[in-house]
Formats: sequence, structure tokens, C-alpha cells
Amino acid sequence: MQITININGESRTIDTFPMSRLLDVLREQLHLTGTKEGCGEGECGACTVFLDGQIVNSCLVPVAQVNGSEIATIEGIAHNDQLHAVQQAFIDHGGAQCGICTPGMVLAAVDLLNRNPEPSEADIRTGLAGNLCRCTGYMKIFESVVRAYQK
Amino acid sequence: MRAFVPHYELTTPSSLAEALALLKREPGVWKPFAGGTDLMVLLEAGRLPHRNYVNIWSLKELRGIEVTDTHITLGALTTYTDVQSHPGLQNEFPMLCQAASETGGLAIQNRGTLGGNIVNASPAADSPPALLAYDAEIELVSSDGSRWLPYQGFHTGYKQMLIGPNELLARIRMPRNTRGATHYYRKVGTRKAQAISKVCLAAVAKVEQDQISHVRIALGSVAPIVVRCVQTEAALRGRKLDTETIKSACATLSQEISPIDDIRSTADYRLQVAKNLLTDFLFTVRA
Repeated sequence: MQITININGESRTIDTFPMSRLLDVLREQLHLTGTKEGCGEGECGACTVFLDGQIVNSCLVPVAQVNGSEIATIEGIAHNDQLHAVQQAFIDHGGAQCGICTPGMVLAAVDLLNRNPEPSEADIRTGLAGNLCRCTGYMKIFESVVRAYQK
Repeated sequence: MRAFVPHYELTTPSSLAEALALLKREPGVWKPFAGGTDLMVLLEAGRLPHRNYVNIWSLKELRGIEVTDTHITLGALTTYTDVQSHPGLQNEFPMLCQAASETGGLAIQNRGTLGGNIVNASPAADSPPALLAYDAEIELVSSDGSRWLPYQGFHTGYKQMLIGPNELLARIRMPRNTRGATHYYRKVGTRKAQAISKVCLAAVAKVEQDQISHVRIALGSVAPIVVRCVQTEAALRGRKLDTETIKSACATLSQEISPIDDIRSTADYRLQVAKNLLTDFLFTVRA
């Protein structure tokens, strides 16, 4: 089937199978490899993307359900050469270690700050609860999010 | 091993009527597919046996939350995120909001639906205990019409339920009779977020003239289906809330549930925790 999506502000039409995972279409057909696959079952959040303004696990979304939708991936979070405050904070405060969870963590944090510009400690924990870091660098990730909204 | 996706069909009808017509024309051939948070996990594991799905995600007829004088009615596609942000549900049905907030992370809550949680029919599902304790009813629709039935009794055995191949779960409604009640929802899992429950208890009760009334108790992960514990309720109804009553309710509960050993927990642990949660609930009612 053919589907048309708006991906990071650009309209693209793709030939695909209806049950293809959005994750695979992003990585293999659109070559947007910033979105990572961790568990492939909605536990780890590495494949997080924005779908019509809400974060989703792209490994759990069949592509037939996104026809006509707006999708933003980690590649669409910076504005031109200007990193998003969350991205800059992750760099400045060691929020990234091996990097596999980082795109998902950044998007979950951007989503949190979009909804709640001054989150409490509990809000940050809830906002990032769906994202696992196998390096277990949670405190630095947490601190990066705090610094991002304090800027 | 991962499934071969070209083998799967996912067709998108433009209306509820079209979806129902398809289910009627080829009964058993098509199964509904909503937010995908359960089915896609099976797909990725190569364990999604059925091949043809109807994409109901975009059917507006199955969305929305309606409040009337007597009920709050939720479309089957109401997501966990929708549930948590609804003021009427927060005020009168807080256990449903809590269940929604403890199901997966936010990315799951944005896609997972109440209807999906019911028809996926997992005994460990998080919202069904709350729905049972709130005496929910469900509406099944088909090309031939609609029928409402009590949610209690809908699941007849492990993954078995009273729904025909031509029917869709359309709406869920709860009577607005919870004012003045104590609401107690507690999910016990390995981790606070994302984990599937080892035991889950949802219960409401009131104390009027020193007697327990309006008591409804349901548990998840302790039987082949999520169970409403009517015998335990009977052991409490009309009684004075004292140590003797709590002891006898716990004894009744032990007979009413049938927990097993599995990858998430053991029968012994589940039985003990179920009794602890019941006791904690009754202490909360008394407080």
C-alpha cells in the first residue's frame, strides 16, 4: 500500500505493507536511523517518536495507522543548527552514555516539557518512566532534564 | 522469530458501519486492531496467529467520553491518556485513572485503549479490576444492532469471552453511584512503572451506621480471568468492620481466588499479597 506522512516537516509518500512497523519504515525506507530499536515490545522507549503531537513507541505502530499523520523523530528536534535545550543539556551534563536510549529519552523529555514547562521531580520520573537506560545513567539523564527547563 | 509482515492484512474502513459490515460478511476472518500495544508485541515475536485485521483506530464513533446524570460512558477507543485527563473520571472513578496511569509508560498510555484492555482478555490487565469494582457495563455492536451486558461475567475463561465474531466492543459505562465511597486500587509489580502486575486489587465500600455497605472487590492476576469476588463481598456486607470481619473476609478470599506460579510470581506470594491488600483496603475504609 501507499501511505503519505509528514515527517519532520516534509511530506513523503512510501510504498509499504500495512502491518510494517513505523520503526522499520523510518529506519529502512526513510533512512532516519536516529530512532533506535531496543526491545521491540514497547518496554524500553528507544524507538519513541512524536505521532500527531503525542509520543508513541514506533515499534508498536503499524504503518497503515499513520497515513496522513505528522511524525517528528529525533532528527526533527533541533531547529537548523540550534539544538533543542534538552539536547544541549544532555551534552553539557553527561545525559548520554552509550547513546542507544538517548533519542527516546530526549523525545520523552521534550514531550514532558511541552506539556509541563516546570515539572516536579515526580513529574520527571513519570515522564521518563517508559524509557530504559541499559547503562543505568539515570541520575545524569534526570539532571539534564532539570537543567534543560531551568535554562 | 519476527513475523513476515507481507503475510498480514490491516484494512482501514471509513466508518463503523463499514467495519461491522466486513465483520458480518466474513465472520471470523477479520479481527479488530486498535492501538496495537498488545498485538504488535505478538507480531514482533512471530506469535500473532491471526492474519487479517480491521483497523478500527480511526473510527470516531468509538471515541469520546459522555457524562449523563446516571452514567459516565466511554468509547472503546478511549486511551489511558484520555482516561487520566478527564475531570469527571478523576472525581468519581479515581481507580480507573490510577489504573490508566500505572499501565505502561506514557507512550503506551497514548495508544493503549480501554476496549483493547478488555478484549485482549489478559487476567493481568490493569483496568478490568477497576471496571468490575465500578459495576461497569459494556456495549457490543454488530450490523444487526447493539446489546448492553454487565462486564461482570463477560470473561468466561482464560482468553474466553461472550463476544461474537461479527461484534465489536463499542462503549463502556459506569453508574455514578460512587459518592462517599472509599476507593482503593493497588497494583503490585516488580517495578513501579511498565511492569505487569503480580497481584492487583480494586475495591470500593462505604460504612453506614457502623455497617459495611456498597462493597465491591475485584482482583487481577489471581485467576484465569480478572475476578469480582462476590463471596468476599458477602462476607463483609452488613457486618461491623472489626478484626473478626477482616479475618473472615481474608479466609473467604483465599477460597475465591486461584493464583498460580508463573514467570512473574508464585501462587503463595500472590495469595498472601491478595489477603494483605484486602486487609489494607479494609483498614483504609475504617480510617
